[in-house]
This record gives sequence, structure tokens and C-alpha cells, in this order.
Amino acid sequence: MRAGSGIDGEAMRFTFDGKAYWGVDGDTLAAALMANGVRLLARSFKYHRPRGIMAMGVEEPSALVTLGEGARAEPNVRASDVFLYPGLVATSQNAWPSLRHDVGAVNSLVSALIPAGFYYKTFFGPPSRWMIYERFIRRAAGLGRPPQGADPDRYGHRAAFCDVLVVGAGPAGLAAALRAVEAGRRVILVEQDALPGGSLLRENVTIDGVPGAKWAARAVGRIRAAGGRVLMRTTATGHWDDNFVTAVERRVEPGQTSRGLAQVLWKLRCGDVILASGALERPLVFADNDVPGIMLAGAARALALRYGVAPGRRAVIATSHDEAYRTAFALAGLGVEIVAILDSRVDPQGALVNAARARFPVLVDARPLRGLRRGVALAGIDAMVGTTRRRFVADCLAMSGGMSPVLHLHRQAGGALDYDAARGAFLPGAARQRQTTVGAAAGEHDLRAILDLSKIDDPLGPVAPAEPGPIWRGEAHGKAFVDFQNDVTTADLALAQREGYVSVEHTKRYTTLGMGTDQGKLGAMVALAQIADERGLPLPQAGLTMFRPPYTPVTLGAFAGPARGDHAAPIRRLPLAEAHDDLGALWVPAGAWMRPRAYLRPGESLGEASLREARMVRSLAGVVDVSSLAKFEIAGPDALAVVEAVCATPVARLGVGRGRYTVMLREDGMVMDDGTLWRLAEDRWLLTSSTGGAARMARHLSYVADILLARPRAAVINVSEHWAGLAFAGPRAAGLLAELTGQPVPAHMGLAQATIAGAPVRVLAASYSGERAFEVHVPAYRAAGVFAALVGAAQGVGGGVYGLDAMDHLRVEKGHVVIGAEADGRAIPADLGLGGMVRKSGGFVGWQALTRPALADCAERRQLVGVTSIDGAPIPEGAMLVVREGEEPVGHVTTSAPRVAGEGAIGLGLLVDGGARHGEALLAWSPTRKQCVSVQVGAPLFYDAEGARYRD
Amino acid sequence: MLLIPCPHCGPRIQEEFAYERSADSVVRLDDAPDVAMTALFSRANLRGEEAEIWVHAQGCGQWLRLTRDRMSHAIRSVEPL
Repeated sequence: MRAGSGIDGEAMRFTFDGKAYWGVDGDTLAAALMANGVRLLARSFKYHRPRGIMAMGVEEPSALVTLGEGARAEPNVRASDVFLYPGLVATSQNAWPSLRHDVGAVNSLVSALIPAGFYYKTFFGPPSRWMIYERFIRRAAGLGRPPQGADPDRYGHRAAFCDVLVVGAGPAGLAAALRAVEAGRRVILVEQDALPGGSLLRENVTIDGVPGAKWAARAVGRIRAAGGRVLMRTTATGHWDDNFVTAVERRVEPGQTSRGLAQVLWKLRCGDVILASGALERPLVFADNDVPGIMLAGAARALALRYGVAPGRRAVIATSHDEAYRTAFALAGLGVEIVAILDSRVDPQGALVNAARARFPVLVDARPLRGLRRGVALAGIDAMVGTTRRRFVADCLAMSGGMSPVLHLHRQAGGALDYDAARGAFLPGAARQRQTTVGAAAGEHDLRAILDLSKIDDPLGPVAPAEPGPIWRGEAHGKAFVDFQNDVTTADLALAQREGYVSVEHTKRYTTLGMGTDQGKLGAMVALAQIADERGLPLPQAGLTMFRPPYTPVTLGAFAGPARGDHAAPIRRLPLAEAHDDLGALWVPAGAWMRPRAYLRPGESLGEASLREARMVRSLAGVVDVSSLAKFEIAGPDALAVVEAVCATPVARLGVGRGRYTVMLREDGMVMDDGTLWRLAEDRWLLTSSTGGAARMARHLSYVADILLARPRAAVINVSEHWAGLAFAGPRAAGLLAELTGQPVPAHMGLAQATIAGAPVRVLAASYSGERAFEVHVPAYRAAGVFAALVGAAQGVGGGVYGLDAMDHLRVEKGHVVIGAEADGRAIPADLGLGGMVRKSGGFVGWQALTRPALADCAERRQLVGVTSIDGAPIPEGAMLVVREGEEPVGHVTTSAPRVAGEGAIGLGLLVDGGARHGEALLAWSPTRKQCVSVQVGAPLFYDAEGARYRD
Repeated sequence: MLLIPCPHCGPRIQEEFAYERSADSVVRLDDAPDVAMTALFSRANLRGEEAEIWVHAQGCGQWLRLTRDRMSHAIRSVEPL
């Protein structure tokens, strides 16, 4: 029966690589596997070396496993950061066919051939060759596999405010939270562990007469009783501007089935932030310092005191400072034989050292040289004691190269770092926000100083301030790892220096130091020390890489939260959505809107339906819902000034009751949007623009009015949702509309007020289809009756409704451009054949840019053309236009469509110097779809070139 | 994530606002082409404070002039435009 500060007796069954084991409640997977004698947990990233437990927290670099199965599987979980639950299923990664017999371990034998930068040096060449290399590289070097299928878990987002946020529920965090909550402040305390206490869980101390772990649990109770909020299993992952902190709460463990939310992403806006994030232990650097059985001294201590697990039978402690001595006492308490304590200091002093000397062989000026492996486990170590080389037989090496305060959040929040030579560590310097760092994160390890009010009974006495030993010593022969996750060794760092990747940022990218999922939490300081040493600089001058959020990896689902599936973005439905459903509409997303794509008849394909609908418009009459188009009313004495600033076409001489096509430009001269402009009255205008650009146009109009024109006497109102719009098109449309309204229809590009089915409507005579057509605008809440009347009239002559695809077929035949397809943000009006419409006098947004030589001389630019399929085969949309297959493209197909009038396939495209290439034959080539169609270039107009059909 | 004090709505999260541009890159309709292109394409990005134009897009819709430090992101002043 095990006893420890973090476990209770309830037994739990779990499996690792298919084999069943028992652990107890409170165990991490790492602890439970160690308790079962499982030392080999993983294979390393690059060399496939056997790896076991190195650390006992989120900093664990190597023992990464996949939790759960199927769609719920979570790869790359640190075995020390998942708590047992009944039925837990864990699987090892990056090993084939098995963890013990991993074929990839051959990489280790050829490792001399694959040093840092190997891929850069070896796999160069054209991109096509890279695509082949990549397959093998990805297979050979890797972490876990992503789960297949949709994530079945649910994730939430919560926002919260507090006066004080405390990060970390170790002794310093608990003390700070207690002080704040007892002073009446709103407090949130977050702790990534499942238990409060932090370092207290791995120490034998008594506080206020109770064991440290119990004191911590009581402190949490006191904080909660006083109104504070304590979030366990919650990691503060990012510290942003104005004390905005993001934290991820795990409500269930990785791979565990949840009834409610699996994780919650907290968005915390805080008055003050107190960072009590503790410190991480550093490894020692020596050859083969990664053999399973070698672990951090703090991890060995946690195994013993928190989980009641002996990490081995014979242990060597190797350290550069006092704290690791506590591990010797902790392991001895479980009956582990302490073979030796190797202290790199020449003359260590103090109560703890003296107490250890009385019980254990303490060797000074001693340090490990090499870990010895038998099979996949530690068999002993070679060490240097003074000037003699000695071998120790041991199955556990607990090492400590000092402590590095966790400064990630402090740095993310803009805080400075100060190098403290006495402690051999960076400490938090001046903060930029209202944030303070306390406890071990600030270099303070003395419990008495941290818990000033509590009575502490520590049988081992206070730890002397860490007197730093050497952070690194350049005597390793063989693989001495500084980044265990990415298999970066001291030799790799040295190679990077020799090859000129001197700066720490370059070294990082060349060797992948610190670029794993652990972001180099363990070895960063060790690596810096080596880089500084090789450059002959003091450590702080060697530089530091960025501390980027998140502090620990975050599941993408947590970022998405509830915004997935139908909730990924708001869906906008047309006012007439039900009426379209009644007509059998097939819906298609168009921006945020759902619009009818076609109305399929039984047995009809989408293509057949669209072509039928388009031909119906060419021959009879059709109705299409254009309600989602943006509509703006601009009114007031200065309305003309607003319109002139926004529209690049002449507008001042437009008569009342008339409209015209217009384009709006960005400041760089590119077409931003297009639409129609109508003069409703002398100082009142209606401007329509594209569906997808509605929000952008609203912002643009606001910018023009409020910033450029500095509050003109004009109001700009977005009336998009006030009006439903129905386009009524076809040779029979004019006659039917006259009957419905009982009045003559307006002339082409004229407008009229009328009444349909009792509802007031505005009739705008504009044609997008190429047929005589009318846009009928009706107040949205009265649209149903007008729609029914128009559809009924069309059906009366054999016509009916048509959808977006038919509308697109019709406009391609007429060469009308669409924003986002032909006007793709890189086209000026002249590229689209609209150059002649542009107002010569300027004065609109973007006029200055059009005078640039690069835009004024259009021959080199891609210009709008029409393309006709020579053999009638459909033209692949988005295909490159090339002279011969494999050549550089000279243009591309923007839209393709079947011919409505006649047979065959046509399209629109943008082609270099297209205006001068009519008649040329090209290929529309799409290698990704393996399609190639011969096309003939021509004018972007395939039907009714004279415009006879839409004019009166 | 900045906390921006809107003159109408009080302190609000940055998500509610949209950044428009730096105040010195506003191109007036009557600016000469070379002046306009310089303002758009040849801009300084100096250490220190800059004036910026924002809009409280998901709030009151007010256009704002912010003075903000490019390094620390500290907002010194916010005024309606």
C-alpha cells in the first residue's frame, strides 16, 4: 500500500499500450506507470532513443503519450500531466512496431550522419522533390498522430473579472490569495495541478500543525469561503495587454469522456496579477543524460512523497545545490539505497548538507560523466569525483542543475528580466503592467519568507539560497541532451556556433532548440549557458528567445469553444427563406447569408436545374431573390459630396429618378465593390453594393463621411435589411410587371414607385441578366406577398424562380464582373474594361493611385477576357491560362459557365495584355484536378453585344 | 488584448473595436498623387507614440483618435473624432 500526499486508496484500472495496470486515485499516469515498474514510456523525436520520466509536471519533455481512442484521442500528452481515471487508455507514440523494439532506433546509429541542419543541407532542390522528401521525414521524425474524425468533446468560453488574479496555488500563491481575499478583494486563483500546494506536495513539512498538502487544501477552503474563486486544473496560458489573462480549465482529463464541457477557455480581465508560477528544475548535462531512470531530483522527490513510489532501488543524487539533498532523504524514507550524493561544489556547507553527510556518502567536486544503459534502463553512471573517474551501479539518477523561475507570463506581459548571478538565474525585473511575481518564480525558496504568518516545521531545515553550481560544463562526450524533446545535444549547439548560427535566435532555428511542444522549458538555461560559454560572453548577454503564449499546448477545440459546426459563424437568412423552402430551394452559403442556389425538380441535377432556370429567363420571365445585396441611403444637402467621394464614376449629372452602374475603389486604385447608384430626389441617393462586401462598404461609407469629409450635412443609413429585393427578368417581365402594378414600367435605368399586392414597392429598371429586368424593392416585412405575386405572374407564362447558379450563368454570358471573382482586389477599373467609366476629374477615393505609371500603363496587367471552350468541354474554374502545359501561367479563369443561349462552355478570365489577345488559343490547365481544356480568347461578352434585349 | 476607454461606452475589450489606420496615413480627397502615395506606402514606424484612428465598430460606432505607444501598447489618450 502506497502512501503519499497526493493519493488516496481507491484503486483504478488503466491500460498502456494495451496492457492493463492498476493505479490509485490521485496518481498521474507517469506515477502509476512507475509504480508498476514501467520505465520506458516513449521514443525520442529524432533518434528514437528510449525515454522515461524526466519531470513530474508540465515541463516533462519526453514522456509524451496519446490518451483516449478514436476521435477523442489526444496526442502528445505529458504522462505527468494526466491524472488517472477509471478506464484510462494510453498509447505510446513514435515507435514501430513496439516501444521496446523500435525500428526507428536505427536513427541513433546513424546519428553522426544527421546532425543539426541535416535536412537543410541534404534535402534541397525544386519543390517537387521536397514533396517526396517530406513524406519520409514526417514518417521518421514525429510526435503523436492527430485524432481522426470530428472532436466529440464540447468546449466553452467564459469571461470573468477580478481585482486580483493569482497564478499558481503553491505556498506563495495561496498566501497571496488569502491576503487579498481577506482584504475584501475579488480573487481568482488558478492552478494547473489537480491539487493545491505546489512544492508542498513533494516536501515533508508541517504548517500550522498539519502536513503541507493538508494546509494547502484548507487554504483553498478558506479562500472559497471568503468569496474567492479557485479554478483547479486551470493553466494560465497567456498574459496579454491591460492584464488580460487567458486560462484553460480542464474539466475532464485528456481522453476522458465528459457529460458537460471538456474544457473551458477563461478570458480574465484583472486589476492586479500575482504570478506565483514557481520554478522549474534544470537538468545536468552529461553523456546519455536521457536514459530511462535519470530524472530531475524534484521529480524523484515528488514520486516518493506525493505518490509513494520509489523511482528505483539504488539511487545516485547529482546536484549543484542544496535542494536536491532533500531527495536523498525522501528516497531513503522509502527504502531506496542512496549510493552517493555527487555535489559539483567543492565545499558545500549548511545544515542540510551536514545532515546528509551523517547518513549518505556525499562526494564533493563530483559530477556525472555518462549514463550507462542496459537494455532500455539505467544500469549505472560514470562520474568524475575530484580527478578520479568512478563508476556507480544504480537504477536511478536524480539530478538537479539549479532552479529556473517560471517567467513566461511575466515576459508575455512585457516585464523585464534581471540576471541574478548569485542564483544563476533570470529573475523578474520591472513589470510593465500591474503585476507582481512572488515565491519561487521570484527566486524565493524559503518557506519561512513566503508564509510569514504560518508556523512551519521543516525537519530538514531551511534550504540555503541556491548557490549555483556550473549550469553547464563542456566535457560531455557522446550525446548530452539540452532539449530532450527535440533531441538537441550540446554537439548540435556547438555545430550551430561553428557554422555561424551565432545568435540564440539563429541557433534555435538551426537546431530546433526549444521548438517542441514543451518550448524548451527544461533545457533553455543550460543551452544559453553553453552558447554564452562558446561565445565567451557572460550568460545574460547571450540573449534570450521570446516567451510566446501559450505556456502549455492548448487544444484547438478550446480556442474554437462553442463556435463550431452551425455555430462557427452566424448564419443570415433571407426574409423570404420560408417561401424559398416551399419552392424547394437548394441552399448555398454566400458570405454570411444562405441563398437559394437552384430549385431542383424531381430527377434533375443541379447543373440541369440551373441551366433550365437560366434559359427560362432568356425566353420567358424569372424571379431571383437579391435581398442580401447591400443598400445604403445617403441624404442631405451634402449627399452629393459623399456619393462623389465613394463612387469612381460620374454622378453629379444623374437625373432624379435615374440610376447607373458604378464602381468604388480602394485608396490603392483597386476595385473594392460595385453596384448601382440611384438618385431618389435631388439630395437623396440609393447605393447598392455586393452581398459579401456589405460590412466593408458600410465601414467605408462611414469613414468617408466622418473622417474624409469631416461631418458633411448628410446622413448615411444602411437600409440593407429594411428592403427585400427581387429581380424580375426576361422578355415577358416588362409586360407582366405593368399588369401587376397597373402602371407603365420605368425605362431602362429609371425608377418608379408602385404598388404590388397592396404593398408599396420601388421599381428599379436595371439588368444583370442581360434581359429587360427590374429590381423590385419592398419593405422586408411585406416581401412575401410581392414575391408570391411576381412568382405567380412568371409561372403564368411558363417562367418561375431562379437561383444563384442561373444568375451566374446569365451574367457570365454578359461579361458582368463579380466582386471576389473578377474584381479580386488586384484589378483596377481598366483591367475590367471599366476604365472608360472612371471620372476624369478625380476627387474620389483611389483617384490618386490610378495616376501611378504602373497602373496607368495597363499592357502588362491582367485584363478581363472571355474564354470559349473549343471542343465544348466545361472549363475548370480557377484554372491557369497557359500557352503550353507546364509553362508559367499568363492568366487564370475566374468563372466558368455553360452557354445559356446555345451549347458549349464559356468563362471569364484575367489575362496578361488580354485586350490585345482576342482570337488567341490557350489552355485552361488545372494540374490539381488533372484537367486541361483548349480555349479561345475573346471579348468578355457572349450574348447580345448590342444590348438590344435589355433596352426599351 | 487592449482595454480601450471609449468616450461613450467606457472601457471595452479590443475585440469591439476596429483599427482603421495611423492618423498620418489618412489620404484626403484633394491630396496630390505623390502626397497620397507617400502617405499610403512610405510610412515611418518609429519607436514611441503614434496617433491612430479606431472605430468602436461593435459598440457605439464612434470614430476615435487614440494615442498609443508602439512598444508598450499603452494608450495615453482617446478622443472622439
